[in-house]
Amino acid sequence: MAKITYITHNDEKHTVEIQNGLTVMEGAVQNDIPGIDADCGGGMACATCHVYVKDEWFDKIPPKEDGEEDMLDMAFEPKKNSRLSCQIIISDELDGLIVNIPSKQS
Amino acid sequence: MNKTDALIIGAGPTGLFTAHQLKLIGLDCEIVDNLDKIGGQCIELYPDKPIYDIPAVPECTGEELTNNLINQLKPFEVKFHLSERVDEVKKDGDNWFVKTNSGKTFLTPNVIIAGGVGSFEPRKFPVKECEKFENKSVFYSVKDKKIFEGKTVAIFGGGDSALDWAVELSKNSKVNLIHRRDEFRGAQATVDKVHELVKEGKISLYTKYQMTSINGNGQLESIDIKNEDDEKNNIKTDYALGFFGLIMQLGPIANWGLNIDKKTIEVDTEKFETNQKGIYAVGDICNYPGKLKLILSGFHEGALAARACFKLARPNEKYRFEFTTTSTNLLKRLGKKE
Repeated sequence: MAKITYITHNDEKHTVEIQNGLTVMEGAVQNDIPGIDADCGGGMACATCHVYVKDEWFDKIPPKEDGEEDMLDMAFEPKKNSRLSCQIIISDELDGLIVNIPSKQS
Repeated sequence: MNKTDALIIGAGPTGLFTAHQLKLIGLDCEIVDNLDKIGGQCIELYPDKPIYDIPAVPECTGEELTNNLINQLKPFEVKFHLSERVDEVKKDGDNWFVKTNSGKTFLTPNVIIAGGVGSFEPRKFPVKECEKFENKSVFYSVKDKKIFEGKTVAIFGGGDSALDWAVELSKNSKVNLIHRRDEFRGAQATVDKVHELVKEGKISLYTKYQMTSINGNGQLESIDIKNEDDEKNNIKTDYALGFFGLIMQLGPIANWGLNIDKKTIEVDTEKFETNQKGIYAVGDICNYPGKLKLILSGFHEGALAARACFKLARPNEKYRFEFTTTSTNLLKRLGKKE
């Protein structure tokens, strides 16, 4: 289990406990957190579960696999700390993770 | 005006198999899709990705699945209307009147929405003011390349579309290519070609840059770009082209009076009918208790919706359930029997 905090673009904080093995995207969808569309359902094919990972966490989460950076080219306002939340798998080590949700996904 | 027994919106796997089921039971159908090709998400998002959970097909890619479904439709005549988005669906007596964005019209007792997550639309520039210039000096696709001759063009993106157009337009225009990182995801040969043209001074390349604003009074004059280290640049340009791939948007479907929850349409599980009689939703876009977003579920939903269409298209006939292994009727339709 890990406590994950999602901060929406208008600064609403949603902190939820998510089971290990689920993704940050699934955690948001299952808990009705607004701003994560996840149109393709976790297939790394749409870039609509885009989040910004807080700097202090960015290096602690497993790095991007092939293809994620390509998809991020299509995301809305990608930055250095951009990730696709469907590619971040929850584990005990991520307890306390904070991600910011962009104002739009497209 | 096109008259048909059933109009399918969406040419993805579910739409294609639904067409098969309609034709098999003797109904006409036509298919409209906003993409310029058949296959939906399977073709647009993951043509090369293997799928492992199609019954009796241990492994196939999105493209193979699409081709097999098209082959399965071969015995039948199904009219496709590609690059057309359905904008309007309204009641006309016992029928539905349907109109596309290019003005094509249909009259049909049955509309089957097999629209996935909605229609594919180009992703746009995050800078809101770009809307003011859209289709005048800001474009997301190229319809007539002649308009760029002798002009300055700013091309944004790092995939094949951006690179191909950068190479092509550099022949007759001044091209600035802007991309958010150093790597490109286009074909290696094209990437090499771009770098060659950059060396020759035919393309100006700005990597790690993104657009921050767009300027001009009526006519586009320049764009501002910024890189990760906050270095800014102003580029004079006549046109800006953005190639950021496609995104799915529910679009006009939201205005047809259907019960929509979280981008999906509520249906019953007998006919897969919506709250409007004669409008059905199948595949990823429909929602009911226990719904699974699997291709196989879409096939089942389409088969049942097709039977429901029969009642409205042939009110004076009785639908008879038959097997393709034994029914002379079905075998005739499949072209297997004279």
